[in-house]
Parts: sequence; structure tokens; C-alpha cells
Amino acid sequence: MASKYANMTFKGYRRENGRVGVRNHVVILPVDDISNAAVEAVANNVKGTMAIPHAYGRLQFGEDLELHFRTMIGTGANPNVAAVIVIGIEPGWTQRIVDGIAATGKPVEGFSIEQNGDFETIRRASWKAKEYVHWATELQREECSVSDLWVSTKCGESDTTTGLGSCPTVGNMYDKLLPEGITGFFGETSEITGAEHICQKRAVNEEVGERWYKMWKAYQDEVIFAHQTDDLSDSQPTKGNIEGGLTTIEEKALGNLEKIGRTSQYIDILDPAEAPDSGAGLYFMDSSSAAAECVTLMAAGGAVIHTFPTGQGNVVGNPIVPVIKITANPRTVRTMGEHVDVDVSGILRREMTIDEAGDALIDMIRRTANGRNTAAEALGHREFSMTKLYRSA
Amino acid sequence: MSEIPHLLVHEHADNVGVVVVEGLTAGTDMLCCVTHDNSTFRLTAGADVPIGHKIALKDLNDGDTAIKYGEDIGKIIANIPKGGHVHTHNCKTKRW
Repeated sequence: MASKYANMTFKGYRRENGRVGVRNHVVILPVDDISNAAVEAVANNVKGTMAIPHAYGRLQFGEDLELHFRTMIGTGANPNVAAVIVIGIEPGWTQRIVDGIAATGKPVEGFSIEQNGDFETIRRASWKAKEYVHWATELQREECSVSDLWVSTKCGESDTTTGLGSCPTVGNMYDKLLPEGITGFFGETSEITGAEHICQKRAVNEEVGERWYKMWKAYQDEVIFAHQTDDLSDSQPTKGNIEGGLTTIEEKALGNLEKIGRTSQYIDILDPAEAPDSGAGLYFMDSSSAAAECVTLMAAGGAVIHTFPTGQGNVVGNPIVPVIKITANPRTVRTMGEHVDVDVSGILRREMTIDEAGDALIDMIRRTANGRNTAAEALGHREFSMTKLYRSA
Repeated sequence: MSEIPHLLVHEHADNVGVVVVEGLTAGTDMLCCVTHDNSTFRLTAGADVPIGHKIALKDLNDGDTAIKYGEDIGKIIANIPKGGHVHTHNCKTKRW
């Protein structure tokens, strides 16, 4: 029997490389921290554009620099972005990011500040940005298949209700939509600690499971055990997690892993901000468990919609990817309702099944893909946080 | 179910459950539901416990393992009576 989601469609923006976006942003992207002022000036000059300022991009090297480029290029290449202006202090790294984004076929142009100054750079970039806005705003949405969706997940300010309600809701969604050909992302490497024996077994085969375990163990050994000064209590779990009733990382991890449902298996492992290249299916991205960092990395990997279970009420959003908030905590619904897109608190009252909650989330994914602004979008949450692996030179 | 449960338990093997109502007070005759199969039982709350926090389903002793999702979630570091509040003051990670 065909699944009820086999024929699900939505209206999206099909880009030059065939990928489909659910938003149509014209982005003004800085290569480095000292280009933020120019980027913000251009976005102020030309309405309908969005600056994405950030804190890094100078004197990085090695794997950390590669991650910087991957994040910048991936953000510009994301199909939720129609066109990109890149501004950097000098032309070399600026052009590298322009070339990376241009591989998608979308309009992109770079500007550099040295020997021009902010004024001249802003003038030239503003003319090009205005041209891009006129072009992008005439693009039309077209009917797309559910399999065109790339959906990521990461939970935040979790509590015990996330493991009971909102995380299993996301898991139910993946169990229903992955068979229809969507591409999925989950991650949060440190936050699988205590459930790693279960996560390893959810790989599609032993080889992938072993690579997953090696990646997870490397973070334990090279980062946590190398730098810890205590048992990480108040950091992982966070103070908010503990306020919400989560006591240990093991408890938090077991709730977290509910996000991949009952039957879903991951087919490969991604480096931070890496785009999948093994076809449709679920991927584990090696990533921080901090909300803005993780969503930023998954957006750079190509996700166009993010599903975000929360217990105590994490308010995170992303500049280019709509973040759908799901909560099962009735106190959070009562006190922070403006942040909630999908209320599944009925699960705790045993008035709503996980199956019904999964359907409600899928309906919200479809509506969001069609253009409905999420709570985080309406409230202006555009957190963009680069992951940094070590100190710059 | 017609009555709203006070406490949810993931698996029958678990020795802790989660308070899912606000303002739970000591002495409440709680309706408890095991989400695995929706079976129910009753338990008296031994303390005022906030929503989201855990309650011991049986007497737990220093050195025991807390079980939730049918899995090990940490070590009990103080004796906790059945119905008592289980949290960071009496339960710790075994990992870090």
C-alpha cells in the first residue's frame, strides 16, 4: 500500500543545480569579521537583501580554515538562497568563496575592500545587490515532490518532555518521510554520549557504524577528556536542561536519539557543514550540540527546513533556513507560546499519539515549505554561529 | 484515558518516572502511565516535584543504577525512598 505521503507536494524554488529551496533570500555574505560593516551597509541600502555577519575568517588555517570555507560556501550555495554578494577584506579568499558558490550556477559576485575602501565597495555591491533583488523577486515557486526536501533536526533546551514527546515526533516524521526519498540530517556528537551503543547500531551497515563510533570516540578523547575541568554538569547537560529535570548526559542522549524514530537508519557520516553526496537518506553530521552552531552547520550542508524539538524553550532561528519549533512541555506552551510552531503537549496528557504528532509536524513542514513563516522567522531570530576548531594563527 | 496522568514512565524496566503536570504536591495519589503499552499504576508522590523532574518508582539505594528508556542513565549516590525526587542531588553521570 502506498504511503499517504507518497504524493505529497509543495511549492518551492527550483535552483539552477536542480536542488529546491523553500525561501528566496538574496544574501550579503562577509568573508571575514572586518567586512561585517560593509555587508550591513549594503543590506541597509537595498531592501529585500539580508546580511549575515559573523565573527571569524582571519588567520585561520588547516582543518579550521577548510571548515570556514565549507560553511561560507555552503551557506551561499543553500537552495533557500537565490543570489549572493560576497564581501571580503582582500580578493583572494573572497574569490574562493565566490567560486564555490558559483558551482551551483546561481548568481554570485564578490567585492573586496582593500584599495577601494568601504564607501566604494558598498557602492558597487549595492548596485549589484539591487539587480539581484529585482531578478530574485520575479522567480516563481513551482510544484515540487516531497523527495526534494532536505530536512535537518537538532533539539535544544531539552528536558524530559523532549524524550517523551517532541523528539519522538521528529522521529515519527523521519520514519514516514525518509521512505519517500527526503534527505535528512541529525548530529550533536557529544550529545549521543550514553546512547552511543544504540546509535552505532542504527547505521545502515557495520562499516558505517564503526566509522560513526570512531568519530564519536575521537570527540570524547580529543576534546572532552583533554579539556574537562569537571563532569560538564551545567554545560552538557545545560543549566536549562537540569532545570527541566534532565539529570545526566546519558538521560539527555537517550531522549535526543528519539529524533531518528523507530526504523530510520543513517547511511553515511558528514564532516561539519559537509553536503551529502551519497543520495537520499539520513546522514549523521559531526557537529556541536549548541543550537545556533549546529543549525548553521546543517544549513551549510544543504538542509532547507530544520525541525527543532525543545522542552524548556530554546528560541533559536537561522538566517536562511526556517526553524520549526516543536514542544511537548505544557508550561513552555503556556509561558512561551510565541515561539512554538507545533504543540504536541497532548502526548503527555495521552490525548495525542506519536503517530498523530508526526502527522502534525509533517503538515507544518509542508506549510513551511509552501511559505508559512515560522515563529523564529516572525520573531527575527537569525542566529548564525560559525564552529571554530582551534585558535587562529 | 479519561484522567490525565501525573507521571509517565517509558519502559517497564525503568525505576524512575517523569512528572508531567505542573504543581505536583507531596501526598498526591498519582496516576502513572507506562508509555510503551499505555498500562497504568498508582504511586504516592513523596515530595513536591516540578514538572519534568523524576520520581523513584521503588526504593533506590546509594550505588544503584537509575534506569530510564530501559537503559542506564547514571548512578544513584544517596538512598531515595519510593516516591522521592530523583535529580542532580542524588544521581550522577557515569561518563564524565
